[in-house]
Amino acid sequence: MTLAQSRSYRVIGTRPVRHDGVDKVTGRAQYGADVRLPGMLYGCVVRSPYPHARLRAIDTSRAAAHPGVKAVITGADMPAIDTNAVADLGEGAIELKFASLLIMARDKVVFRGQPVAAVAAVSPQAAAEAARLVEVDYEPLPVVTDALAAMEPGSPRVHDDLYTVVPGGSRRDSPSNIALHVQYERGDVEAGFAGADVVVEREFRTAMVHQGYIEPQNATAAWEPGGRLTVWTSTQGAFSVRQQLSDLLQIPVGRIKVVPMEIGGGFGGKIQVYLEPLAALLSRKAGRPVKMWMSRAEVFTATGPGPATYIRLKMGVTRTGDLTAAAMRLVYDAGAFPGSPVGSACITGLSPYRIPHFRIDGFDVVTNKPRVQAYRAPGAPPAAFAVETVLDELAEAIGMDPIELRLRNAAAEGDRMTNGVAFNRIGFKEVLVAAKNHPHYRAPLPPGATGRGVAAGFWMNGRGTSTVHLTFNPDGTVNLIEGSTDIGGSRASLAMIVAEELGLDAHDVKPVVADTDSVGHTDVTGGSRVTYSTGVACHRAALDAIAQLKPRAAQLLDANPGDVEFGGGEFWVSSEPRRRIGIKEVIAKLGKTGGPIVARGVSRGLAMAPGFGVHIADVRVDPETGKVDVVRYTAVQDAGKAIHPTYVEGQLQGGAAQGVGLALFEEYVFEDGILRNPSFLDYRMPTALDLPMIDTVIVEVPASDGPYGVRGVGEVPIVPPAAAIANAIYRAAGVRLRQLPMTPENVWRALAGRDAALPSTPKAAPDAAMAATKERRAEPPGTSG
Amino acid sequence: MSRKVAVEAVINGAPQAFVCEPRQTLLEVLREGLGLTGTKEGCGNGNCGACCVLLDGRPVPSCLVLAVEAAGRDILTVEGLAEGELHPLQQAFLEHGALQCGICTPGFLIAAKALLDKNPQPAEQEARAWLAGNLCRCTGYDKIIRAVLDAAGRLRSVDPNPKEEAHPA
Repeated sequence: MTLAQSRSYRVIGTRPVRHDGVDKVTGRAQYGADVRLPGMLYGCVVRSPYPHARLRAIDTSRAAAHPGVKAVITGADMPAIDTNAVADLGEGAIELKFASLLIMARDKVVFRGQPVAAVAAVSPQAAAEAARLVEVDYEPLPVVTDALAAMEPGSPRVHDDLYTVVPGGSRRDSPSNIALHVQYERGDVEAGFAGADVVVEREFRTAMVHQGYIEPQNATAAWEPGGRLTVWTSTQGAFSVRQQLSDLLQIPVGRIKVVPMEIGGGFGGKIQVYLEPLAALLSRKAGRPVKMWMSRAEVFTATGPGPATYIRLKMGVTRTGDLTAAAMRLVYDAGAFPGSPVGSACITGLSPYRIPHFRIDGFDVVTNKPRVQAYRAPGAPPAAFAVETVLDELAEAIGMDPIELRLRNAAAEGDRMTNGVAFNRIGFKEVLVAAKNHPHYRAPLPPGATGRGVAAGFWMNGRGTSTVHLTFNPDGTVNLIEGSTDIGGSRASLAMIVAEELGLDAHDVKPVVADTDSVGHTDVTGGSRVTYSTGVACHRAALDAIAQLKPRAAQLLDANPGDVEFGGGEFWVSSEPRRRIGIKEVIAKLGKTGGPIVARGVSRGLAMAPGFGVHIADVRVDPETGKVDVVRYTAVQDAGKAIHPTYVEGQLQGGAAQGVGLALFEEYVFEDGILRNPSFLDYRMPTALDLPMIDTVIVEVPASDGPYGVRGVGEVPIVPPAAAIANAIYRAAGVRLRQLPMTPENVWRALAGRDAALPSTPKAAPDAAMAATKERRAEPPGTSG
Repeated sequence: MSRKVAVEAVINGAPQAFVCEPRQTLLEVLREGLGLTGTKEGCGNGNCGACCVLLDGRPVPSCLVLAVEAAGRDILTVEGLAEGELHPLQQAFLEHGALQCGICTPGFLIAAKALLDKNPQPAEQEARAWLAGNLCRCTGYDKIIRAVLDAAGRLRSVDPNPKEEAHPA
């Protein structure tokens, strides 16, 4: 399928200034919160202060009477959802009835911060004042915030009507906080371990973490009297928002227009709607547009972070470095409604390696915490933290270089992932070799550093559906109308693909991210799918344009269309190559040769284009305080083909930085279901001072599908950092950290072995809970999935 | 609703009069009142730097300044950074790809301008320390720091003896 991999490019691989760049450095770019409409009101959400409570009564009369208030809504204004339909969120999914409750509680609240009412008023202050006047009668219920505790039979139940879906797809008879048990199995695990020379079994914990996009969620809605709804919002997918609004408000998609504004980061967290339906209902009630945006505390408390996890992993290896078996048990905390990414974790963790015998059990568990959403490579970082740390131990135990051990067992084309799907062309080995040969890997530790670690990461990469249209201007330029929200420079990459094929300069192509009325269906910007899938749509649209322009060029050249060829931005007569005309002239003269044309491209059903990365981290561990500093960092990754290398590097660097954050700093701290650190001061994301320059190496092993072999790059780089840093800490200080984040306190405890000397945070006894789960699960034996 | 107060200030070089409630922040008045939406709200409590503006040449989070405090002061927002052509910082950000989503960019540009006004030749660690009050979640800071150091070089080559602006405080 891959065309001309040896082809040389004019535009692809160069680094033009991004098309939306000037708007974004001058403050002109319009983000969701920048929308202003005539007569606009401001909305404010009333949120539950309890993590778990029955809603006995809501009285909105005082709020409605407050000066300036134009509308108040409660759960009674939300249509009831009585189907079991599931909303596809592109990088995840949620049952519609749960999505509806997530947006506005009805009979009970299941996490602190869950909306119970909303108010629209003439100013943000009036709305906030009125919100405080909504009187809610709560009956507090017992709370469970730890997933392992929630699995216990006697635990408080988050939902009375949730029944475990077991491998094979049937549901258990009695309600449980375990929403799903997923299982993958191959070979004979016990025989595999029996054949190993070294077996290591470890337990890992990772904290709930937030995507940390700097722009809070926002939405502006105008419900017009005729029943037409327009919503302006910062979203990763306008079409997904339209579908969710249609499902949740039960109005046809044809009456909804979603306008995707510029988006200030998403990382998976801006697919699920939160404010959009509330703004729409308030607008309907008030008869005026309503704008809403979240405070940072609301973002932390009531949007969808990544899950807390508990993982137990056992792996075996022979003395010569062949992995023989793995047993992995993953418990992922979904928060208040089912849908953690444990399923993808069960695939991403072990699939990079050839392991003849394995068994993987994953559990999706609900608790009284915010419902998780996709976060960059959803589910993969905790699983990789476990696998890549255990591999490091195994390598040490058999005296083998850690990259060598990975190389020896690395999956290649034809090897099956844990879910049975065979890899097509992948570049894992090439990435490992590039890391091994990188000067960083062989160089002495830099001044100040005391240990070096390495780890790999994998993500399947998304595909999905994309649509683009091309229209043509009399000055020879081209409009690229597409539906992929641009979060990290994708306008530039997509325009470059069109420019490459048409023989134009990158800036002759003007990319426009269109609203849902103005472009065909396009899936979310997520899963690292845009440059690949929307890029293929761009390539197809460009080929369509050439086919339509050829007869026009033939007219201008006074030749038969069949005798005209195209290349390098010019059409020529095949028999007389000197008779030629540039594409810009053909475009400029469309009006004289038959009128405008529209070219289009759709991509769908592309082959997967999996991505692999290997990171090398040098750290300094302060033996007195346990503080870990990252001194040098290199990220190596297979991009298939880098369209705009600057923004590929940017993805690698940004993903690595988020990975450093979840490795060292970031953590939701709960007390009785109450989030104690809902601010950027207390939820500590990496600053410029916490990171070194992040070196990048782009490996290019073309993907099986697509014109250039592009692979998505965004997700993978968040996967390796935690283990790379943990392995570096081990080299530096001789202690293995198996809990994230690796805060100074946790490192210091490990270093000193002084657990008893400090007051310990109460934690469930994971070993006992794991064992209990195992027993219960064993009663009606699960079928392998 | 509380009474409104009339305020006069210089915003991006031009005298500006507005009315606001005493409880409104400078950020809210810039964005919702004056339509200067280039200044962004990321946290509303001074932790992220996205709303950074220069107040009499000094970088401040405009979410922690009351609009009435702006009376008689000189305010620079990202909209006032380019003078005819892009400021060297803006140009360097574009060329280095120092932005991805771009929401933190206005705050970084303003904070970086304050740095270069004060210290035309910052070392990497000085730039990192100065900009540690501005959060970026997309870039890992690498390209931002490179752009700021590059812009410093460009500014020095334009004016070998840049004048340090007077900073109150």
